[in-house]
Amino acid sequence: MDLCGLAAAQMRRMLDSREVSAEELARAHLDRISRLDPAVRAFITVCEDRTLTDAAEAQKQIDGGGQGALTGIPVALKDNMITKGVRTTCASRILEKYVPPFEGTAAERLRRAGAVLLGKTNLDEFAMGSSTEYSAFFTTRNPWDLERVPGGSSGGSAAAVASGMAPIAYGSDTGGSVRQPAALCGVVGLKPTYGRISRYGLVAFSSSLDQIGPFGRSVEDVICAFEAVMGRDPHDSTTVDMPYDGSKAREPVLKGRRIGVPSELLSGEIAPDVSHAVRAALDLISDAGGETEEVSLPMIEHGVATYYIIAPAEASSNLARYDGVRYGLRIDADDSIEMMKGTRSAGFGSEVTQRIMIGTYVLSAGYYDAFYTKAHQARTIMKRQFQEAFRKFDLLIAPTSPVPAFRLGERLDDPMAMKLADFCTIPANIGGFPAISLNCGFSNGLPIGVQLIADSFQEETLFSVALALENLLPPFALPEIEVA
Amino acid sequence: MQAASYVLSVGMEVHAELLTKTKMFCRCPNEFGGEPNTRVCPVCLGLPGSLPVINRPAVEHVLRTALALNCRIAMRSVFHRKNYFYPDLPKAYQISQYGETNPLGHSGYMDFFTEDGGERRVRIRRVHLEEDTGKLMHLPGRKSGVDFNRAGVPLMEIVTDYPPDIHSPQEALDYSYQLRLLLIYLGACDGKMEEGSLRCEPNVSIAPEGHQELGTKTELKNLSSFRAVQSGIRHEAERMRHALERGDTLKQETRGWDEENEKSYVMRVKEFEDDYRYFPDPDLPPMVFSEEYIEGLRAALPELPTAKRKRFMEDLGLSDYDARLLLAGPAWARFFEEAVAQGGDPKQVCNWMNGDFSHLLNEAGRTAEASKVTPAHIADLTGLIASGKISGRIGKEVFEHVFQTGRMPSDVVKEEGKEQITDAGSIREVVSEVLSQNPEAVGKYREGKKGVHGFLVGQVMRKTEGMANPEMVNRLVTEELER
Repeated sequence: MDLCGLAAAQMRRMLDSREVSAEELARAHLDRISRLDPAVRAFITVCEDRTLTDAAEAQKQIDGGGQGALTGIPVALKDNMITKGVRTTCASRILEKYVPPFEGTAAERLRRAGAVLLGKTNLDEFAMGSSTEYSAFFTTRNPWDLERVPGGSSGGSAAAVASGMAPIAYGSDTGGSVRQPAALCGVVGLKPTYGRISRYGLVAFSSSLDQIGPFGRSVEDVICAFEAVMGRDPHDSTTVDMPYDGSKAREPVLKGRRIGVPSELLSGEIAPDVSHAVRAALDLISDAGGETEEVSLPMIEHGVATYYIIAPAEASSNLARYDGVRYGLRIDADDSIEMMKGTRSAGFGSEVTQRIMIGTYVLSAGYYDAFYTKAHQARTIMKRQFQEAFRKFDLLIAPTSPVPAFRLGERLDDPMAMKLADFCTIPANIGGFPAISLNCGFSNGLPIGVQLIADSFQEETLFSVALALENLLPPFALPEIEVA
Repeated sequence: MQAASYVLSVGMEVHAELLTKTKMFCRCPNEFGGEPNTRVCPVCLGLPGSLPVINRPAVEHVLRTALALNCRIAMRSVFHRKNYFYPDLPKAYQISQYGETNPLGHSGYMDFFTEDGGERRVRIRRVHLEEDTGKLMHLPGRKSGVDFNRAGVPLMEIVTDYPPDIHSPQEALDYSYQLRLLLIYLGACDGKMEEGSLRCEPNVSIAPEGHQELGTKTELKNLSSFRAVQSGIRHEAERMRHALERGDTLKQETRGWDEENEKSYVMRVKEFEDDYRYFPDPDLPPMVFSEEYIEGLRAALPELPTAKRKRFMEDLGLSDYDARLLLAGPAWARFFEEAVAQGGDPKQVCNWMNGDFSHLLNEAGRTAEASKVTPAHIADLTGLIASGKISGRIGKEVFEHVFQTGRMPSDVVKEEGKEQITDAGSIREVVSEVLSQNPEAVGKYREGKKGVHGFLVGQVMRKTEGMANPEMVNRLVTEELER
């Protein structure tokens, strides 16, 4: 039996019973990566030395009896998560050779928890995109169909988990960048409440929307991965200390749950096979005693527009620091301003450049109120509309992505279509709400995802229902991947 | 000065580096100088993935200053990002505060005494908190380097209101002097202009008398002393007047002051308003203050220099000049007040401090705190003189001794036999002895040459090694001669 297809929880039991050592487990994953990744291309960097050091450390913890849920469990991190001594590129030419001198909080907490770092996964440059096709280096393939995209921007992490190259991986979700690739790759993906997981060490794209989130092949694994990194961090003032009860989260309860179905997210934009699969999931929920009911949240229609003002505005400022002065790429010139221009022109890809330009524009004097202020008003109203709904419903349910995985290159010429891929996921970012995507079926061999959205800091409810729903759905099985 | 037909207007922008242990948004030490790039971390270098965390004591410094400047306090205040590219700006944005009522303090004023003793009020528009930038350094071979030790140091900006209340270089100097003093008394800033911890940047403009609108303004930088503030503004007003009289149009520009050559030079011409694309920094939650907290800060403010100066003059009877000298630093003023509290006569304490003590400190290149003299020493010394135990002249000798050794003046007087002879009988004895030894002088006196009186007094003083009470010697010599 291949170790790599197991759930992390199963690996845990085997590590604890000494059926397998942390090193064996790490090597099994490294082997699988070297066999499959030339086809899937999930990793930008595989840090074998660090992997084996981490594994040795983990084994010591296990032997000493001080292990936790993730001790000895291999993990992969999206390459916009800062790792000390391990190159962190954001899939951008501008940071192609950048090796951070410090550890981000998530990486630090994982290290302390004894997790074993396999490497850094591919993404759309600076997490801007929905397919990993905007990576400056290469495109990651969907393990279910190598001619299709894995989704994005955390496509590398999603593909790594779906292909058995890592049981757990982390990504970042600004407008759906964990949930959408999770859906397209058939795995579980979580975007926690804004403020649950420290952003210290997450390279900022849109600071008010970014949130780190884990991928796993089961809800239980994702819960463990979430718990390992969650909680207030003195380095990130936007984190908060809100109660969370892990044992309550692990009680699967569907019966009596009131679940709202936003009508705006089951209408025209949604592909028929997706809405079919999601409706089937709704039936399962009803049969299990969950109470589903349609609800209208009209502000959802403005989600994408709102997002594409706030996110680029913040990005234009967050990405200004890549100026060639202190680190990263530098294109020399006669004076510093020319050097900065040359560096930035050479270092950023077209999608990033376009968003920086949009962001700069919407923050400019004379346009600020019409765009940025208005977007913030829309954000406030939208959040309120959702909070209103959460008075009546424990959760909302919706498709994660309007479509299953699309073909490589299919949407590159249609930026609007690419951006609409986040139509269903953006609202949770705008409101800061936690949301989880699970696989709810396949269409023509491609996974389809359904997402649950809860009120802020209601991860317990979110997980409880997700576990119950997962129990009603077929378990995850690794796809067959043909290696050339 | 400029011709009478032009009115000078000066708006003051003062940047003060705050006296905190650590930088504004990280834990790097906040100190001056040092090897370049030795006090840096991921946060103040703007490394990818780093995040700022607000330094609370810095916020408190600004709030206290704003209260001392009679400002209204923003009970909810946010940080903004000021976006621009420059090699010394690590994140390509400076975390600052934007808006009319958002800065920690706004709509205040400062009352102060001018050099000539008059009272003035200058309105304050805003007091806000931001972070300092790094420093560009020119290296050999037309290269530049950046030192980020200063990057992220907490910086308070204090801006006067518009239209300006300041209309002369002297007023600008008085304002800067008083503001610096205030900041030092509050412990908010060390006020070292030469090190750049306090930077005065005046906006200078001139307009024909009677014109409502102000003229095109120049922002002056690199003014590293009060003298520079004064001469820089004076020079700039002159330059503008000449230009206008020649029929030139003034350009809005930033000019640097070259103190050595007493000249300003163009640093940057502003052809259009900069667009800094300010927006609230999403990394920092809004600061929200309670009424109790602010009132607590207000109640805990120390006595401020203007009030202290008033009290020294009105209650202690000091002159304006003396009071001003005593106020030059909080430690100096505290020294004075302690000496008075220990029984020193205010005027005498003041004279000793501003006279001999200052002189000796200057010579030794020391501060009062670093010297062996305490307020008790001064109080003791003035007591000895007031009671007639020693003369003022002996007092000087004793004080020098005290300055070197740190011994109590009374002990010195006792042990060194410095006590003044005030016993009329023993003085008279010496006087008789001197007169009998100097019959010629006594004869001359009696012939009407009264001038020899001084000579005889001197002889008596010499014989008593200066210990006799000079007034008594004077009187007794006369008495004996007239006998």
